[in-house]
Amino acid sequence: MASGGIRVLVGTRKGAFILTSDEARGRWDVAGPWFGGWEIYHVTGSPVNPDRLYASQSTGWFGQLIQRSDDGGGTWSPVGNDFSYDGETGTHQWYDGTPHPWEFARVWHLEPSPSDPETVFAGVEDAALFVSRDGGQGWSELPALRNHESGPSWQPGAGGMCLHTVMIDPTNVDRMFAAISAAGVFRTGDGGSTWEPANRGLHSEGIPDPNAEVGHCVHRLAMHPTRPDVLFMQKHWDVMRSDDGGDSWREISGDLPTDFGFAIEVHSHEPETVFVVPITSDSQHYPPDGKLRVYRSRSGGNEWEPLTRGLPQANCYVNVLRDAMAVDVMDPCGVYFGTTGGQVYASADGGDSWDAIVRDLPAVLSIEVQTLT
Amino acid sequence: MIRIVLPAHLRTLAALTGEVELDVAPPVTPSSVLDALEATHPVLRGTIRDRTTGRRRPFVRFFAEGEDLSHGPMDAALPDAVAAGTEPFCIIGAMAGG
Repeated sequence: MASGGIRVLVGTRKGAFILTSDEARGRWDVAGPWFGGWEIYHVTGSPVNPDRLYASQSTGWFGQLIQRSDDGGGTWSPVGNDFSYDGETGTHQWYDGTPHPWEFARVWHLEPSPSDPETVFAGVEDAALFVSRDGGQGWSELPALRNHESGPSWQPGAGGMCLHTVMIDPTNVDRMFAAISAAGVFRTGDGGSTWEPANRGLHSEGIPDPNAEVGHCVHRLAMHPTRPDVLFMQKHWDVMRSDDGGDSWREISGDLPTDFGFAIEVHSHEPETVFVVPITSDSQHYPPDGKLRVYRSRSGGNEWEPLTRGLPQANCYVNVLRDAMAVDVMDPCGVYFGTTGGQVYASADGGDSWDAIVRDLPAVLSIEVQTLT
Repeated sequence: MIRIVLPAHLRTLAALTGEVELDVAPPVTPSSVLDALEATHPVLRGTIRDRTTGRRRPFVRFFAEGEDLSHGPMDAALPDAVAAGTEPFCIIGAMAGG
């Protein structure tokens, strides 16, 4: 059961792990794997009831399952796994530009409601948004997103046509943002009944119209909960910022060594402090020069400083995936990320220094952090 | 009584050890066996057959009496020895992956 301390929920290619520490964040216990041998794209907890956890469990052999724990990860039970699209599914574009029918592949991301422990959203591949209002037992699609008029033109990114990011405005839960690779950002103000693209200002050289309204490979969004109109984005290339809730975006890559990457996160107490992990390029998914460096901006972007203390600065060729970075709400803020090499790094001082909690897990797909009281 | 052999991951998921034994009303076919299996163990729904299409998942195979029945009709009668319970109906995770 929840008691003081930190719980890091880790999804990997071959199971789920839970790392726990007291508030000092100096000594860690590593537990797992749960669901050994299965791909765990995401494990996360309800902000309302931190002992209510959800895990997305899948394999190429046996498909998709959702697991739920009501005791902070001690025990798990499978809940609903019927992710049937609502009505006619139509087609999107395939890699070769031909029409391809919408086919469910997996759940990439689970986003529990900030106000109701029984409500949880699921972003899936092929891109769509589902919701459960009974703790994961039953799922229904919010079909207006997939049925947006631009849907037939959406194309998959290299990892599949995934809806990978769901952000809910904690001050108004009907206001949500969803990000799809490679379609871009969509937002709703009515709980998902209607959606509109929110990509103005994005520029992507890899698409026919670099300034198109839809078609951008957005990798990840981040938001500080007290400023839901200020959004940060790691795009395929470019780190971006919006100050008007997605009406417009501007580039803040500034002096980063490369602006390709996947993960982006905001400091829990400093809304203008942002973390990214620059990755060499879209064909070289590892850090520049073999040096694993988190970059921090304290000015909301453009000016970035490398954070290297405790991170390997030679011969490091891992990746940090889009859902594999998170912060706690302790003071000082803790920052956590996992790598495709199986390391989970933690900083208990806002990024100034880092230690590996664990070094040899399977490739890390996702990290979430719970600050328990 | 029909005997069903499940792959290890699905035995773990359904909290089973060893073979599954089920009563299946005739005709005994892959479909009727899977219907009975999923009715008894609902957690297996979607893991062997796609939830939407009802088709066998691509990396799952059905074997019986040394034959691969995966590509036959789902409503074709299974061998008499399977229907009689002297031979198991084997559900296999294909040799693939990493």
